[in-house]
Amino acid sequence: MLTFIVRRVLIGIGILFVSSLIMYVLVDFTIDPLEDLRLSTDPSKDLQIEQRIELLNLNDPVLLRYLWWLGAFVTGDLGTAWTTGRDVADILAAAIVSTVQLVTAATVLAIFLGIAVGIVSALRQYTTFDYLITFLSFLLYSLPSFWIAVLLKQWGAIGYNDFLRDPVIAIPVILGIALVMGLVWSLAFGGDVRRRLTVGASAAGVTIAVLLYIQLTDWWSQPNIGPVLLAVSSLAIALGVTTLSSGLRNRRALYTSLTVAVLGIALWYPMQFGFYYLGAWGVMNWATALGLGVLAALVGAGVGLLFRGPDWRISARTGALTAVPVATLIFIDRVMQVWDDYMASNIIRGRPIATIGDRTPNLEGDFWVTTLDQYTHLLLPTISLMLLSFAGYTRYARGSMLEVMNQDYIRTARAKGLTERTVVMRHGFRNSLIPMATIVPIDIITLIGGAIITENIFNRPGMGQMFLRHLDENDIEPVMAYLIIVAFLAIVANIVADLIYAVLDPRIRVNA
Amino acid sequence: MTSQPEPTEQAENAIELKAVEGKSQGKIVRERFFHHRGAIVALVALILVALLSLTSIGFPVFGWYVGGWWQYNPAETMALENAGGTPTLTMPWSEAGFAIGNHPFGQDTIGRDIFARTMKGVQTTMVIMVVVGAVATVIGVLVGALSGFFRGFTDTLLMRITDLFITMPLLVIGAVLGKLVGSASAVPLALVLGAITWTTLARLVRGEFLSLREREFVDAARVAGASNSRIIFKHILPNAMGVIIVTVTLLMSAAILLEAALSYLDFGIKEPTISLGRMISDYQSSFSTRPWLFWWPGMFIITIVLCINFIGDGLRDAFDPRQKRLPSARAMAKATRREHQSSSVATS
Repeated sequence: MLTFIVRRVLIGIGILFVSSLIMYVLVDFTIDPLEDLRLSTDPSKDLQIEQRIELLNLNDPVLLRYLWWLGAFVTGDLGTAWTTGRDVADILAAAIVSTVQLVTAATVLAIFLGIAVGIVSALRQYTTFDYLITFLSFLLYSLPSFWIAVLLKQWGAIGYNDFLRDPVIAIPVILGIALVMGLVWSLAFGGDVRRRLTVGASAAGVTIAVLLYIQLTDWWSQPNIGPVLLAVSSLAIALGVTTLSSGLRNRRALYTSLTVAVLGIALWYPMQFGFYYLGAWGVMNWATALGLGVLAALVGAGVGLLFRGPDWRISARTGALTAVPVATLIFIDRVMQVWDDYMASNIIRGRPIATIGDRTPNLEGDFWVTTLDQYTHLLLPTISLMLLSFAGYTRYARGSMLEVMNQDYIRTARAKGLTERTVVMRHGFRNSLIPMATIVPIDIITLIGGAIITENIFNRPGMGQMFLRHLDENDIEPVMAYLIIVAFLAIVANIVADLIYAVLDPRIRVNA
Repeated sequence: MTSQPEPTEQAENAIELKAVEGKSQGKIVRERFFHHRGAIVALVALILVALLSLTSIGFPVFGWYVGGWWQYNPAETMALENAGGTPTLTMPWSEAGFAIGNHPFGQDTIGRDIFARTMKGVQTTMVIMVVVGAVATVIGVLVGALSGFFRGFTDTLLMRITDLFITMPLLVIGAVLGKLVGSASAVPLALVLGAITWTTLARLVRGEFLSLREREFVDAARVAGASNSRIIFKHILPNAMGVIIVTVTLLMSAAILLEAALSYLDFGIKEPTISLGRMISDYQSSFSTRPWLFWWPGMFIITIVLCINFIGDGLRDAFDPRQKRLPSARAMAKATRREHQSSSVATS
């Protein structure tokens, strides 16, 4: 295994060098640093050209310049952007955060939604739901991402912000939404006519109730979760997680998840003070938030351990799986509480969904306000970036789940008399994730490429923007920094994909 | 120890056997493809779109220009017919009733006919699609075949070259190369895009070749004295056709989106050539005031790409021998009944 890793890493470094050489030469051919001067009518044009050639060593052969660049790069010097005189490392440091936020959000969402939808679609193979999802994923796959982004800008941002001025949904629209939701859920659950009708009717009913509640409490203007909604959704999460993770029959797991949910609800009020003091001490940042999330997972697992029993692992897992979303809800609730201040701020002026940049300039506020601000900026780019890879994951998850469910060991599991939940979740779902694990790292690279377009349209100052702008301005060093980082990530992603595959599937032998 | 298969399985097998008995490989594939409803609808739609764009504004053939039936050409500027250049196309359910009018898709700010421009854009897209497909097929099949057939040093070398391409998202190389060719016409850009999109195909073809070259019919051909090139082109390649056709189809749809994205980012096709991505890019700021400038090119890109993806899906189903198309419930019921009758006849 170690030989394999070392070999792959060495080959990777080799590829990185060759790739950087080729890209340097290619970019050098492509760009023309003298473009603006050639067109200039300045009397001192020749002198300026002379100076720039001197500055960029343009008289030297490209290979020599590559070697200089490489030499500097190896010592950690990324160079300077001659157009602005800024250090490439500085530009990059600012840009990387923005891109990482965007790509991470899009990847996580796409994986969760895509796999969930794909698995359900596979379990309902050749039903209306399956055809619907197949068509939808084909459609999403065929959409030019810039096209969908422009639409999102128009409807998601401008449309929604206009809607917020007078947030009333007409009754027919509510009924229409309820009808659609009822239809989708009844198709997703499947079964005989009676089951479908029950599921459809209850889904439609719940939708109407939720929309009416939102309408009547003026939720659109003051979106919040609050203790009541938190309690309801925490209990729902506990039940849902238990159903999927161990089945409601497993009493210990059920009690664990319910305890965790109740614990979360009880902690809501103390946590408000907790967040306040964390803010007052000045330690409220993303690291703390993540730490709290991990703590929540540990507590959840601990509760599971306390219930002990022969299969304490399952209870612990269920507890942790319940704790994380409940903790996330409490966190989101806290973020939502600053909504009023945020909306009233004279920079936002009641139009919260942003279409430009990755933060509101000059916005004053604590951690919560900046978080909300980043979220409103992240929302639309994430959706537009997510759609494409969502379609991909749906297709892959469906295909791989179908493949697994046709295996003999699934038949054996069924023949042993295991419940359908166990068969699907433990024997089917887990195995279907193996090929998915190799797709994720490679898909992230595609997403980084896709981020170029999204960042361009939403004007986010990320790495893609940096690449495009400097390529356009004929500035080679920032372009090379971007290319090297992407190439590096791609190589790492490929090695990781191979390793994951080898670890997950013992039948795969890595040839060392 | 042969266990009696359950009746449904028996029926399924019977239907499957009936579907393939006494037919050549090509015929089976063709029949399967024509039974894929989505693929057929997509194929018809794609042909219709191509015919519409070719006949309406005409097309150049080796220096001559075959005229079309549409009265305007894409570059012509005219007085605005409706205020703001709104489309003259009205739907049956609108007040005015159905009408096509002079500018069904509307006009842009300087009065050019959007229908003619969109049709021209569709032609550009088709050119890109065909050229990229052709270039990528030639390079991909060649690299994959040589690599998989000769293995050893050739394989290592070619696959390392292929590996170089995975270090970059296509859009990034495309942007650099697009700026490099910076062309006002579609073909150079398409050649460049073809030269960077062949890698997936090469890998898949290589995989196919690696497994096919170990098969008995290849040994038989070699014993009979066939040369390497004959084995590659006459014996192995036809068996790898399925993978190639499917991959190239999907690659072409990806290439269309890539071109559109590059043109959108200004690194693709430049004025005066019209491309659908270019049109969307030019008109995106006027989306709230003149949405038709944005909708029509977008709709045509989506239609074309969607059609190709569906065709690709149909081809994959048709070529994949493992793919068992589940018979419809009615066919199953019928087959089970027949099975039942024959068995009851046998026992009585």
